[in-house]
Amino acid sequence: MSVDAAQSPLIDVRNLRIEAGAGVPIIHDLSFTVDRGEFLAIVGESGSGKTMAARALLRLLPPGLRQTAGAIWLEGRNVTGLGEDAVRVLRGAGMGMVFQEPMVSLNPAMTVGAQMAEGLALHLKLAPGEIAQRSIAMLRRVGIADAERCLGAYPHEFSGGMRQRIMLASVMLLKPRLLIADEPTTALDTLTQAEVLDLMVELARDNGTAVILITHNLGLVARYAQRALVLEKGRLVESGRTAELLGAPREAYTKALIAALPRRAETPPAERTGAPVISVRNLSVVHAGALSLFRRRTPKRAVDDVSLDVHPREVVAVVGGSGSGKTTLGRALLRLIPAASGEVLLDGEDVLKAPRSRQRAFTLAAQLVFQDPYSSLDPRMTVGAIVREPLRHVAGLGATERDRMADAVLGDVGLSGFGGRLPHQLSGGQRQRVAIARALVRRPRFIVADEPVSALDMTIQAQILALFKSLQAEYGFACMFISHDLAAIEQIADRVVVMRDGRIIEEGPRDDVFDNPREAYTRALLAAAPRVDWQAVTP
Amino acid sequence: MRLRINLLIGAPIVAVLGAMALTALVWTPFNPTATRIRNRLQPPNGTHWLGTDEFGRDVMSRIMDGALVSFRVALATMLFAIIVGSIVGVLTGYLRGWTDRLVMMANDALLAFPGILLALAIMVILGPGQSSIVIALGLAYTPSVVRIVRGQVLSLREKEYIEASRMIGNSEAYTMLRHILPNCIAPIAVLGTSMFGWAVLSESALSFLGLGVPPPAATWGNMLASARSYMETAVWLSIAPGLCIALTLLGVNLLGDALRDALDPRMAMR
Repeated sequence: MSVDAAQSPLIDVRNLRIEAGAGVPIIHDLSFTVDRGEFLAIVGESGSGKTMAARALLRLLPPGLRQTAGAIWLEGRNVTGLGEDAVRVLRGAGMGMVFQEPMVSLNPAMTVGAQMAEGLALHLKLAPGEIAQRSIAMLRRVGIADAERCLGAYPHEFSGGMRQRIMLASVMLLKPRLLIADEPTTALDTLTQAEVLDLMVELARDNGTAVILITHNLGLVARYAQRALVLEKGRLVESGRTAELLGAPREAYTKALIAALPRRAETPPAERTGAPVISVRNLSVVHAGALSLFRRRTPKRAVDDVSLDVHPREVVAVVGGSGSGKTTLGRALLRLIPAASGEVLLDGEDVLKAPRSRQRAFTLAAQLVFQDPYSSLDPRMTVGAIVREPLRHVAGLGATERDRMADAVLGDVGLSGFGGRLPHQLSGGQRQRVAIARALVRRPRFIVADEPVSALDMTIQAQILALFKSLQAEYGFACMFISHDLAAIEQIADRVVVMRDGRIIEEGPRDDVFDNPREAYTRALLAAAPRVDWQAVTP
Repeated sequence: MRLRINLLIGAPIVAVLGAMALTALVWTPFNPTATRIRNRLQPPNGTHWLGTDEFGRDVMSRIMDGALVSFRVALATMLFAIIVGSIVGVLTGYLRGWTDRLVMMANDALLAFPGILLALAIMVILGPGQSSIVIALGLAYTPSVVRIVRGQVLSLREKEYIEASRMIGNSEAYTMLRHILPNCIAPIAVLGTSMFGWAVLSESALSFLGLGVPPPAATWGNMLASARSYMETAVWLSIAPGLCIALTLLGVNLLGDALRDALDPRMAMR
């Protein structure tokens, strides 16, 4: 390696331009550098080109996209014109990548050991015994207890967080000089997210690996990255040291991104008034064990003896990691899942034991907003038809009356004139607005919102949360807001309920829970939440 | 791009064959069943474009009339299989439980038989005739429709919009009709078109074996069957119906692919 190479940055990207098809630019004239051992974040929303910029480094652009200008220098060597064979040597040993979706980025038909061995055999030419040894050591390093057994296991036997650890282990096994992590924790809950990222930072530091973290979450940037690039529509908006970028942004777009970060509402939480709309008393839900060939597996208590009240005009947030039973609780009190025992009282009347004739009234009174706006709308129905559909069950409405009500609600969610569109013609945020309109069109008194913003971009999340808040003021519904995102909850909730393993472990007004958490689990959740610590970044 | 090519080749083939069949309803060059022994086994010429068969019947007229019979039988078979199969598939896939298991066991047992063998068995019981063919082939094809529709329904019922429909208060029947069935249309339509092609082929096969439409009525299958004896002396007798069967299959399959692309709501964007 020449003297020149030792002084040059690890990665030097100059005037990169990527085009889709006939001259539609995805990345315009992007230049940046990555130093050895540095932790760089590339921030941007969907469609900003952040993933493509990183993939261009690995020459893993999807078909149809081409790099049409610019050069990529790796340690003082221009790798732009290299042939496919030379690039393959660079991947793996030089640069590794961890993908967003751990459920699909491991091959389900190969054992973990075989997948880890692939890279080692290709790049380092080791003996099989040596490969197994190194794999086991690396799996132990990423916190997998039974590493020997893990080698022979298949990906489906692991949870999302475990798979992302395995993915990380198999990439870091080759000790790459650059690790590209593309939204590596978006699919994970808050606690697991913090664990995986902490582990990534540690491994990178041990091996002197530089990291490019691609994310839309500024909280993660603030916590982990030393430097950040902000991309918008394929252009570099701003770059700089993280603290300066977040504390004193220069560009309007960066300011907008930072303003979109959820912050605690300045108004104090609403005081509880009147009798509760919904009271849950000792509710339990038991998932029957799956029926295997010879025996029934032991049943699992997904919700265990839960009691809580939701008062009029109140937002009660239910927080917890994956598997804490928060979603099951929401489904059970809407009668979408049968409850094993307990009561759900609506205005003092038990919903679960009510006669059929009364159930229509409960259905009209309570609605659900779903997590995934891509799956909650029927792809063959127009937006207008979707929003009108719930009105079928309201007695005494004519066709014109239904149209009028649907149009009014669509106007309220900011989608007037969208009635004739199909869901696939809308963006994620617009789809979620449609889902909210569908839930609100019958003016329910109680809404369960199940992770309604977790599938959306940061600025869109902020818009939807603000919309939700203003709609609540206008329509006056009570709400149970289920989420693992503490930042969103801090912005919207009046009360917070923390769940773990199907039980409520802490409950209280928002400020009490956030400022003086009683339980260790709540403190861990708060510590893991990727929130921006404003005292730390404001210069 | 592929959509256009499939459509450009498939649609004209199906249109020409279909037009031929429809024309036979009102007009054929000669009476397809009138025998004139003196004219037997004439090669294609100005009067008889496709020649004449062993009884002196005009092959062109018989091809046209055969197309009518074949298409009518195939269409009825397809509708039979799709209607019965969709109902069973949607019900079992959406409602699950023990009925689902039992129905699917029976269905898989039927699927294990080759379709033509099953149809043959049913034909032997029912005796020859057009309606028997429809029932036999329809029953033979139903299991594959059930399989495909049920698979689609199984993935659809996990979608949140199905849960949303329950949440709204819609009945199960309404949910199935309004949200499940319309989203199964694409695979059903593709399966239906290719099934139409296979039904033409199977009907010909049954007629070829003498179990299909009885003579003197013309079908492509029994024309092929009687042409077999004259393969060496009058080859045009085999070529015309054989080519028609092959073209029908090709055209219908291309059209099915084009239909699948056109029916996907997400494809409309591209």
